[in-house]
Amino acid sequence: MYRMRLPPWLVLLMPAFVILLAVVAIPLVLSLYSSFTAFQLTRPETITKWIGTFNYQKAMGDANFWAAFGRTVLLLTVALNLEMLLGLGLALMVAKVTRGQRLLRTMMMFPMMFSPILVGFQFKFIFNDNVGLLNNALQSLGLTDVAIPWLVDGNLAFIAIVTAEVWTSTSVFAILILAGLFAIPQDPVEAARVDGCTPWQTFRYVTLPFLMPFIYIAMAIRSLDVARAYDIVQVMTAGGPARRTELLWTLIGRTGYVDARMGYANAMGYIAILLSIVFTVYFFRKLTTARTSLGMGD
Amino acid sequence: MDQGLNHRIRRRLLKAGHFIGLFLAMSLICIPGLWVVLNSFRPTVEIMAKPPVWIPSELNLDNYRAMFGGIGEGGVPVLTYFWNSLVISLTSTVIALLVGMAGGYAFARYRIPGKSAIFVGLMVTRAVPGVALSLPLFILYGRLGIIDTHFGMILVYVALNVPFTIWLIDGFFRQVPKELAEAAEIDGCTRWQAFWKVEFPVARAGIASAGIFAFLTSWNEYALASQLTRSLNSKTMPVGLMDFTSQFTLNWGGMCALAVLMIIPALVLTFLVQKHLIAGLTFGGVKG
Repeated sequence: MYRMRLPPWLVLLMPAFVILLAVVAIPLVLSLYSSFTAFQLTRPETITKWIGTFNYQKAMGDANFWAAFGRTVLLLTVALNLEMLLGLGLALMVAKVTRGQRLLRTMMMFPMMFSPILVGFQFKFIFNDNVGLLNNALQSLGLTDVAIPWLVDGNLAFIAIVTAEVWTSTSVFAILILAGLFAIPQDPVEAARVDGCTPWQTFRYVTLPFLMPFIYIAMAIRSLDVARAYDIVQVMTAGGPARRTELLWTLIGRTGYVDARMGYANAMGYIAILLSIVFTVYFFRKLTTARTSLGMGD
Repeated sequence: MDQGLNHRIRRRLLKAGHFIGLFLAMSLICIPGLWVVLNSFRPTVEIMAKPPVWIPSELNLDNYRAMFGGIGEGGVPVLTYFWNSLVISLTSTVIALLVGMAGGYAFARYRIPGKSAIFVGLMVTRAVPGVALSLPLFILYGRLGIIDTHFGMILVYVALNVPFTIWLIDGFFRQVPKELAEAAEIDGCTRWQAFWKVEFPVARAGIASAGIFAFLTSWNEYALASQLTRSLNSKTMPVGLMDFTSQFTLNWGGMCALAVLMIIPALVLTFLVQKHLIAGLTFGGVKG
């Protein structure tokens, strides 16, 4: 009898493959299929009604969809860049502290433990126009006496959402960059100083290149769950009012579950998935390049 | 002399700026969270008061009493949600760790054709947005009849956590020198024994930190849980938080109390392993 022998690494990886296949890959194939049908959740027989690329064409011509798409990309760009800059600043400040650094590091991790949905509620409360912490503070300080409609006005709501998003995720960057700062060899830094570099030049040409892999790790980790912002937005504004803060994810959720148009929602979902995959692959690429340039690769 | 004085003033200013900047940053990080904790001890009327009450006139445990008593306006079955969250998070973490250990070990120790492609492929599964994944899972689970069960949620969370645990554990096994296990094998251990007796103890801290990450992800996840859970059978705490909102009112006090209950386990666990956590992330990334 012929018996196939699998290589040991495949046997070890098999459980991971099986579970990811069952819970991620197969459902995704199903959703790919249903995105070509007129499937409606309330009418199960519609799943066999093949309509070709109609859903995709509809999405392409849908102004709401493109507005949500643009807003999602804008949110990711603004939030990730802000998180990186603030995280870098925070890490540099904390690294200079000599006493009580452990305590500061611990405090820095505080937002990481908050469930995104909790962060959403917390900031919904802070930005509430009537009884919110921020408006109360502004009014008590006499800076303004109107109630600023933080979560009602489209632009202000965007700022509020970015604030919430940055608050939760800056610490990921700060912690990893801090770890990078400790790992930097001191010789090149001292050599640069002896050679007469200004502190800025030392930072720009010696410290920063060393930090880049760490920044990319943080980016890669973040890119794995950028869609966590869904929870925050869902709670803070639920995409409203009147779609002013609609992101791809909230749009998909509403189309699928509230309007029950699963086929169309899956078509849009696929576009969101591709966006995430592009993000992830891009940052993992960057990570590999940065790693090899430091000679730490395989 | 004059120059020396100038220099000294500049240094002082820099130091003060550093201190103020750090203080501001830390306040911004901590205040929103502390505000939640403070509000959990105040009656909702006072939280919503206009003009605002800055200094609480009375702090009490009413919100907690209502929460655990399951009576009055805060009649949310918090303990059931807590139990569901705990069972689902712990079980999925343990399974994800076992699967992750096998996978991480394979990545760290064997030559695998197309290794980096497989690796990125695994990671990509993690990047699929929860909402997008929940649509087909909802249909599939509906057919299989495992919507609103612990089993269904555990399955999802294991899949969600496996890529990341593999990444972290891979990094830690790489730190363990290959020679260590080889020496044990020469001394007569099987590969299996060498793993459990030599490599596992060395990488234990890293595995623990991967476990915390997995636990926190399951503990805090909302997008999938909100669609795949329906009732007391499997509703987790992040979904339960929504029970405090109704169409026109919001029970802030009660919600804050549940929030505190959610944060405490996360807080304790994170502080226990924070050192390994950072090491795990960086080793996994830089040297992987």
